[in-house]
Amino acid sequence: MDESECRAVILQALQRIAPEVEPGVLDPRRALREQVDLDSMDWLNFLIALSQSFRVEIPESVYGRMRTLDDLVQYLRDPPGRSREPRGP
Amino acid sequence: MIEMKLPALGADMDEGKLLEWRVHPGQVVHKGDILAVVDTAKAALDVESWHDGTVAELLIEPGQTVPVGTLMARLLEPGETAPAHEPKPPAAPATAGRRPVSPAARRRAAELGVALDSLRGSGPDGVVTLRDVEQAAAGVAPARDRSVEIRRTIAAVMVRSKREVPHYYLSDDIPLAAATDWLREANAGRPVAARILMAALCLRAVARAAQRHPTMNGHFVDGAFRPSAVVNLGVAISLRGGGLLAPAIAGAESKTTAEIMQALADLVARARSGTLRREEVTDPTLTVSNLGDQGVRSVQPIIFAPQVAIIGFGLVSDRPWVLEGKLAVMPVVTATLAADHRVSDGHAGARFLAEIGANLQHPEAP
Repeated sequence: MDESECRAVILQALQRIAPEVEPGVLDPRRALREQVDLDSMDWLNFLIALSQSFRVEIPESVYGRMRTLDDLVQYLRDPPGRSREPRGP
Repeated sequence: MIEMKLPALGADMDEGKLLEWRVHPGQVVHKGDILAVVDTAKAALDVESWHDGTVAELLIEPGQTVPVGTLMARLLEPGETAPAHEPKPPAAPATAGRRPVSPAARRRAAELGVALDSLRGSGPDGVVTLRDVEQAAAGVAPARDRSVEIRRTIAAVMVRSKREVPHYYLSDDIPLAAATDWLREANAGRPVAARILMAALCLRAVARAAQRHPTMNGHFVDGAFRPSAVVNLGVAISLRGGGLLAPAIAGAESKTTAEIMQALADLVARARSGTLRREEVTDPTLTVSNLGDQGVRSVQPIIFAPQVAIIGFGLVSDRPWVLEGKLAVMPVVTATLAADHRVSDGHAGARFLAEIGANLQHPEAP
């Protein structure tokens, strides 16, 4: 999944929880919860949705690093522990 | 003749909108049968028959909003025959030469000066309903939307509570180091879908404390307090676009933290999608309001009368804390109890609050 597809899937999951969100106005480098009204239950549901869409486990220990849209894109495209393709010698 | 009136389907319900009749004149009904579906600000709820009988006449029509206690239908008792002046069902089929208009709509049209001939009826068989008249009078077709209804209900309940219930307030800072550690460990081994939030621990601590402090758990009705044997713990849930609901986790005192978390997630989802069950909105015996996610330090909540207490939790934040004579930093939450002074005194409230704090030091306790 390339970066823009990944971003689109994340935004879809976000909009299912917060339908009022306009993706165009979100700053990808600012904490999402500062820009969107998400309580801890919303945030948990958002992570559950991402975990299912990307088939990736999101341990609680990485919550602190998953604040912005860019953080999420980076983590979900390349989660730790997922086997990587060899990149040549 | 049995008179069937709109019952209060919740302690805070003042009126309801008839969505549909499930019976028709002439139909035999038994006690417990569903007669009608009524929309309240919180959910669409069934109205059951309290008697055996035969439906004689239906007096209000779908779309009409009426106060609690309004006569909705008449039933004939078993063996009773209809009176000589056979009552006419309100939604009589259109007859040539006479425009079908419900009696309520006709009265309202006269009051508002609406010409009935100009209206197109939206009721069964083209009957002009009260709503048609009111919409015509307003010149537009204002849809009664749920957020407006919820706002009105909140206004009514809160005004009544502030007017009638003598609140007293007590606050305490509760250290959450033990609860945070417990949570971290419990969540480390769980997939994200089974993760527990601090809110679930707070709810469980309140439910367990309430069981031992009966003057905080129940209803004040008709001048007397009625304690509840079970703790149906109301949870204030904010809705997107404004408003809130406070449905209950039934029997919360005997649930584990994981069970409370599951119930909470389910309630939040259904509160926001408008699919709560009747007993969930009618049965809370004590409520918790958690505004920590919004960053506030403390909440002085208003009691959802006829309940007699509510607990507000603020933000869990790292604060300086003196532990065994030394200054430490630890996660702390401010909990505030608002309780009804007709039922309990500050002394009892303080003990209840202290027990909530103590329970949060032992989150694993059964």
